[in-house]
Amino acid sequence: MPRVTFPHMGESYRSFKMLLNDLGNDVVLPPRPSKRTLDHGVRYSPEFACFPLKILMGTYVETCRLGAEIIVTSGGVGPCRAGHYGQMHKKILQDIGFPVDVVVFEPPRFHPIDFLRNIQKLNPDRLSYRAIWDCIKRAWQKLSALDEAEKLTHVVRPRETVPGATTRAYRKALEWIDRSYTSKEISEAHAAALEAIKSVEQDPERKILKVGIVGEIYVLLEPASNLEIEETLGNLGVEVERSMFLTGWTKDNTGQETHEIITVKDAAMPYIPLCIGGHGRESVGHTVIYAKRGFDGVIQMAPFTCIPEIVARTILTSVSREYGIPVLTFFLDEQTGKAGMSTRLEAFVDLMKRKKWQEPGTGQAAVNI
Amino acid sequence: MKAYLGIDVGSVSTNIVVQDQAGKIHAGLYIRTMGRPIEALLKGLRQVGESLPPDIEIEAAGTTGSGRYLAGVMVNADVIKNEITAHAVAASLLVPDVRTVLEIGGQDSKIIIMRNGIVTDFAMNTVCAAGTGSFLDQQASRLNIPITDFGDLALSSASPVRIAGRCTVFAESDMIHKQQMGHSLQDIINGLCEALVRNYLNNVGKGKEILSPVVFQGGVAANKGIKAAFERFLNLPVIIPEYHNIMGAIGVAQLAGEEVRKTGGTKFKGFHITGLTYKTGSFECGGCPNGCEIAEIYEGDRVIGRWGARCQRWDIIN
Repeated sequence: MPRVTFPHMGESYRSFKMLLNDLGNDVVLPPRPSKRTLDHGVRYSPEFACFPLKILMGTYVETCRLGAEIIVTSGGVGPCRAGHYGQMHKKILQDIGFPVDVVVFEPPRFHPIDFLRNIQKLNPDRLSYRAIWDCIKRAWQKLSALDEAEKLTHVVRPRETVPGATTRAYRKALEWIDRSYTSKEISEAHAAALEAIKSVEQDPERKILKVGIVGEIYVLLEPASNLEIEETLGNLGVEVERSMFLTGWTKDNTGQETHEIITVKDAAMPYIPLCIGGHGRESVGHTVIYAKRGFDGVIQMAPFTCIPEIVARTILTSVSREYGIPVLTFFLDEQTGKAGMSTRLEAFVDLMKRKKWQEPGTGQAAVNI
Repeated sequence: MKAYLGIDVGSVSTNIVVQDQAGKIHAGLYIRTMGRPIEALLKGLRQVGESLPPDIEIEAAGTTGSGRYLAGVMVNADVIKNEITAHAVAASLLVPDVRTVLEIGGQDSKIIIMRNGIVTDFAMNTVCAAGTGSFLDQQASRLNIPITDFGDLALSSASPVRIAGRCTVFAESDMIHKQQMGHSLQDIINGLCEALVRNYLNNVGKGKEILSPVVFQGGVAANKGIKAAFERFLNLPVIIPEYHNIMGAIGVAQLAGEEVRKTGGTKFKGFHITGLTYKTGSFECGGCPNGCEIAEIYEGDRVIGRWGARCQRWDIIN
């Protein structure tokens, strides 16, 4: 049985593990990225490569040591380095003595034959296309359940009355979803998970700020890479809406584009009329939409040296001015410290509070003394 | 008389302010942290406690700066606030119609944009600390001139030398190169001031609408050369408040006062804590793959604060 692994992106591994197992692979689970992962990643990556390359590099070194032989990853769309990372990782890993193969999935919309060929590489049990399709459907169902549960925590956490209660309920719910297998079980676990998170005791009276999160996909989806920004904001009493989830992104890159992404591209049109790679255009489009929906602020998360996000950041300055919405940008890499981030987040939350409610502490009250 | 205590424990300096309700400063202390925040804070509190007139009663206490949590648990602060908010509050207290705050401290620099007394935008240096106070400090000691003379030397220069200001280390190489070429010390120092300001405006100040009145605060505001360079680049007058180097402490004293008006009474332990012993320690938690680095502080042999955990495992239950 081939030993297969893949990148760690939030909780999505629970779904990928099931799918690859179903096709007859032995899955080596990627560990949650840690300091050790980063140490490996930084050691074997070019210094000015972006953060996702380094984290994945470290993850692969860890999983290769556990015996992984095939790495499954995704390609890229448009002019962004990440599209070459699969090949890059393969070369580096082979150089340092891990004879791995890397299977790169490009968007099937543009590369249908390649897609099917890749599927066959990961199908040692020789399942029929029909059977594979059934497995993919179940994996998709699980992925949706994971995304929905996570989305709900973003709404519940800022309102929780017992600190940490949402996170505890979420951890439990993840295990239920993880253990479910048949389509029926998954939908039951899905419902139970949402119910458990919803029933966390909340304070409906609490005044809540609403912040949209935009940026590059990996640093958005992997909490270990963004210093758990969503949880930190939730604890500061901020409801978060993230612009990207794995299910949404996959939909946009497999079959027809969804209505949502078309709206985002339209919203970005006056600023960025074409694809500049990565998620630069989406960052701008989502910020415009969040502003129109009356959000209190937007936070952009970008890997240090990420060109598409650097372009977006410069443009977000004018979006922020024209729509009157505060925007805060974080460039993340292995040097980013949690303390510096907390300081900026606290100040950003203060700024939004004052803008919204003109709370005392603006200096306004101080001046009147 | 009732007064508020504000404490700002920063990378380079520890500042303590006692301000009464009318805004009068009764004590304003600026001492070097020297990498020992606990000792600096205790020493500072002792000095302030001794110098205060006996009729002053501390009604509220607040902490800010990178050491705010540490200082906060030591004195039992009513409010623990980030330095961006504290600086904005202090600036609008001293210059009520301020619209731009430039702040350069020991290891960070920030710009705060205010409109009608409200912060509307801010930025803080992220991936680079070139051109903050620590760098000027280092260069002064390398050139063997007191940092306090830096500004006057810069002002006496007629033609600043262009120094590469993007990276601290390269700026130093460039300065040495210019010295070996025979440029005068004054011109090099003036060039360094300009490089710092250029870097600040292109980096932290990028895309921000800088409108007058502009207030310049933080330890580096003492440097007349930097002030002059800002005025040249911005083409605007730059105001340096009298207490420019302790603004964070002033701001957080105000915020503490506001907080206590809401809560009804202060939690401040009192100046007697300067007689207690504090010690810190750290360890790596082995509970899960996160491997959090936990730091803790003891008052006597009781743990009063812990930081760095991503879960509730190390929370202190009172």
